Amino acid sequence: MRPRLINPEEEFQRYRRRMEIGVVLVILALLGLFVRFIWLQVVQYERYRALAEENRISLVPAPPSRGVIYDRMGVVLARNFTASTLEITPSKAGRLDEVIDELARIVRIEPGDRKRFRKLLAESRNFESLPIRNMLSEEEAARFAVNRYRFPGVEVKARLFRQYPFGESFAHVVGYIGRIGQRDLDRLEAQGRVANYKGSDHIGKLGVEASHEEWLHGRTGIEKVETDSGGHAVRVLSRTPPVSGHNLWLYLDSGLQQVAEKVFGDYRGALVALDPRTGGVLALVSKPGFDPNLFVDGIDTATWKVLNDAFERPLINRALRGVYPPGSTIKPFMGLAGLELGLRRPGDTISDPGYFSLPGSSHRYRDWKKDGHGTVDLKKSIVVSCDTYYYGLARDMGIERMADFLGRFGFGRKSGVDLDGELSGLMPTPAWKQRRFKQPWWPGETVIAGIGQGYVLASPMQLAVATMALANNGVMYKPQLVQAWQDPLSGKVVRATPRVVDRLALHPRHLQVVREAMVGVLQPGGTAAGAGAGAAYLIAGKTGTAQVKGIKQGARYVESQTAAHHRDHALFIAYAPADNPKIALAVMVENGGHGSSTAAPIARKVMDYWLLGKLPGLSVSEEQARAAPQPQEEQEDSGLAEEPAAAEDVQEPPR
Amino acid sequence: MITRLLHRLFAHLDGTLLGLLALLLLISTATVFSASEGSMDRMLAQLTNIGVALAALFLASHVPPQRLMQFALPAYVLGLILLLGVALFGVVVNGSRRWLDLGVIRVQPSELMRVAVPMMLAWYFHYKQATLNWKDFALALVLLLLPVGFIAKQPDLGTALLITASGFYVLYLAGLPWKLIAGAAALLAAALPVVWNTMLHDYQRQRVLTLIDPSSDPLGAGYHIIQSTIAVGSGGMAGKGWMAGTQTHLDFLPERSTDFIFAVFSEEFGLVGNLLLLLLYGAIIGRGLWLAASAPSLFGRLLAGSIMLTFFTYAFVNMGMVSGILPVVGVPLPLVSYGGTSMFTVMLGFGILMSLATHKKLVKT
Repeated sequence: MRPRLINPEEEFQRYRRRMEIGVVLVILALLGLFVRFIWLQVVQYERYRALAEENRISLVPAPPSRGVIYDRMGVVLARNFTASTLEITPSKAGRLDEVIDELARIVRIEPGDRKRFRKLLAESRNFESLPIRNMLSEEEAARFAVNRYRFPGVEVKARLFRQYPFGESFAHVVGYIGRIGQRDLDRLEAQGRVANYKGSDHIGKLGVEASHEEWLHGRTGIEKVETDSGGHAVRVLSRTPPVSGHNLWLYLDSGLQQVAEKVFGDYRGALVALDPRTGGVLALVSKPGFDPNLFVDGIDTATWKVLNDAFERPLINRALRGVYPPGSTIKPFMGLAGLELGLRRPGDTISDPGYFSLPGSSHRYRDWKKDGHGTVDLKKSIVVSCDTYYYGLARDMGIERMADFLGRFGFGRKSGVDLDGELSGLMPTPAWKQRRFKQPWWPGETVIAGIGQGYVLASPMQLAVATMALANNGVMYKPQLVQAWQDPLSGKVVRATPRVVDRLALHPRHLQVVREAMVGVLQPGGTAAGAGAGAAYLIAGKTGTAQVKGIKQGARYVESQTAAHHRDHALFIAYAPADNPKIALAVMVENGGHGSSTAAPIARKVMDYWLLGKLPGLSVSEEQARAAPQPQEEQEDSGLAEEPAAAEDVQEPPR
Repeated sequence: MITRLLHRLFAHLDGTLLGLLALLLLISTATVFSASEGSMDRMLAQLTNIGVALAALFLASHVPPQRLMQFALPAYVLGLILLLGVALFGVVVNGSRRWLDLGVIRVQPSELMRVAVPMMLAWYFHYKQATLNWKDFALALVLLLLPVGFIAKQPDLGTALLITASGFYVLYLAGLPWKLIAGAAALLAAALPVVWNTMLHDYQRQRVLTLIDPSSDPLGAGYHIIQSTIAVGSGGMAGKGWMAGTQTHLDFLPERSTDFIFAVFSEEFGLVGNLLLLLLYGAIIGRGLWLAASAPSLFGRLLAGSIMLTFFTYAFVNMGMVSGILPVVGVPLPLVSYGGTSMFTVMLGFGILMSLATHKKLVKT
């Protein structure tokens, strides 16, 4: 197209024409508005006048009370109580700083309260009232009432609060609720549930509180309130009552949970205990924990920073989100794979010189025992945790078949437990490596995968699930926290049914061989003989060690010479009684060194408590002894048969 | 001597337009006072806003158009950089990433773009006027949609649409071929279902659906529309009288001194008041367009025309929203709603308009 020269006069004429059309459109639009006004203000006037008259009625949302969370015995893990809060509606209160300064003369307002208020203000929408002080004492409330006339837009309100009586112990599993933030709102909006949260201030943020939010929250009711000419509520005209949330009973046992937490001592780590007959989560510990009560009213930034930045990382749920190389705990599964795939017979032996080499290579894959274990069959390979046996087995099996077989036990795949944020770990394949690193798979990588090192990663939850399947002859249950829930309207308690993800077709004789070997681990000669000593029941277990720091070829790992946070993670998986399993668990102790020395004793104490009712020989405080109920023979049915406590009847403030 | 000084001072102001604006500002002050339950603080704050905005108008009217043209490109580029900054490091307020924290002050670059985009486009067409062809329109479209894309992403759909409108007005007045306008309209109509299904947030869809059936969501988005329509309708012919609107004073109206202030006005002054307000807006727009057409340069005509048509758009969209014929978009009623930023930008626009129309000695290119 050739550029055309433009005659300014012609250009101006065109501008004028365009402008005239614009003016016509503007006039039409304004006329359109006028017609709309006539429609509303003249034609429909009577209707709207009547509506405005009736508009002495306002809709007030009535927030439901949140479901209570119990453990399997009916011990309360999360409950509600009402407390007075002092709240400011920013749009009505005038100059906020001055109002707060004035209020501070009447009730105590800490700098932390002000900071939290500022934060809430920044996040809030316009017409909300925001708390400046929680847990007002009666005296303070009375003092404010006298001065109330001086503070328009400031009110004392009764609000439902959440309390977690066990504090740290259940932080990672029960979780906590916190104030509804922008992200929660976006999610609720996307799910079309935002209207149900009018009048609610809190929402589940972590743990069961978050994953079962829809059940726990309940349904918001609506009150039609008649107002006087000043807009104050005169009487309630009609009421769609709120429907409380479901009360939940977990599979968790508060006694077991606390024992497990206690026996960790100062170690960091995680423990997951499952019921091999149902997949129910009996205990889920991640150490260190934190006090969930801090989060309910909005945690202040300083405390949060301390928690978040701490070297120990207390906010991370290690049971679900801590993924580690499973180390030797993978051996029972590898051994079973060897049998199932016809690569090994129970009686086949190798001669272990203390290392393994691939043909045509001088690289030595060392056994943890320098001079080797001598003649080793499958049973012995598990009992003494012989590495050489598994190096050879892995090579014969190949990574694809290994990934396939272990994958069926849940390695590299989320367990599906009813908690948010679970990580899937990793069961590597050549295809994965090509995708991830654009590199081919090396044979040596198969060799070290055979002892659970290299790319393989698993969470304590995944190890517990795999162990559970060993214990119950191959039934892959989906681990579940919630055992039963109560319908708020009918009061009926509904039990969860165990969910079977997969039934692994495993030869009973093969399982029997592996079981005997795992029992041998806790008997004299086994790697966890110390932890098994004197047990009144049969334990099947396997120790493991996850390397934190790579060790050079030819060098040796010496625990005493390694900095504490570079020490290996200790692992232990077990189920018991081996002949009739009632508990399957996985323990991970961060920087705990060997599985036999730290992780196995922890598991033993937990199983002793669960199976024998034996409290560990530690100074358990009176409070905890009281909170820990004696286990009964029939765990399944106790607790639920009792009359469930009502959700709102707890009125006292915490502690 | 003094008279000459005064003459110089006021040479670039348009008395007719100023008078009309003053009337509108009077209405604003009275309505804000009523909407805030007779709060002196609010009224004084609004008067301060008006004062600052008038100063901006006065100063802007003295900036010669040549100078404005020099600003066009740098302001546009700066705005783009700031928008990029917002996308990368912006502060989230009320769920949208609109603000940039520069340490000392927080700025909202999309506000700058309201002025910078039409200025840039007007400058562009002025610069290209001798050799204008369809490629220039295509490039102008890119210049327009680039910042709009950023702003829509924040998300601030209201501002994005209004900036699109202000840019489109420049293109339209510059002679965007009718075929292209029709084509774009057809394309838009065809794309609407796609946009509806993929680009809109659920809450934005909800707003449109709510328009069709407000009672579907009485506690949520529908509430605003239901209550503001009742306020307008119950105002009737003559209104309930100043400070006497029940909807307003019983707290049923949300955002009543800002985005929904027209409901307050309408309830208290009725159809008669509404007619007066429409006439006043019409007069301001008419006078403004007249001044725009009398600007000596193409740059001036395009920019001034766009400023006035945008002003009209704001008023139309706001009144349409409050009376329930347009979806709820966060747009204030220009020069009436409470709020400093909007007041300032609109009056700055009028200042620029007066400068463009009254600086006659521009060398014609």
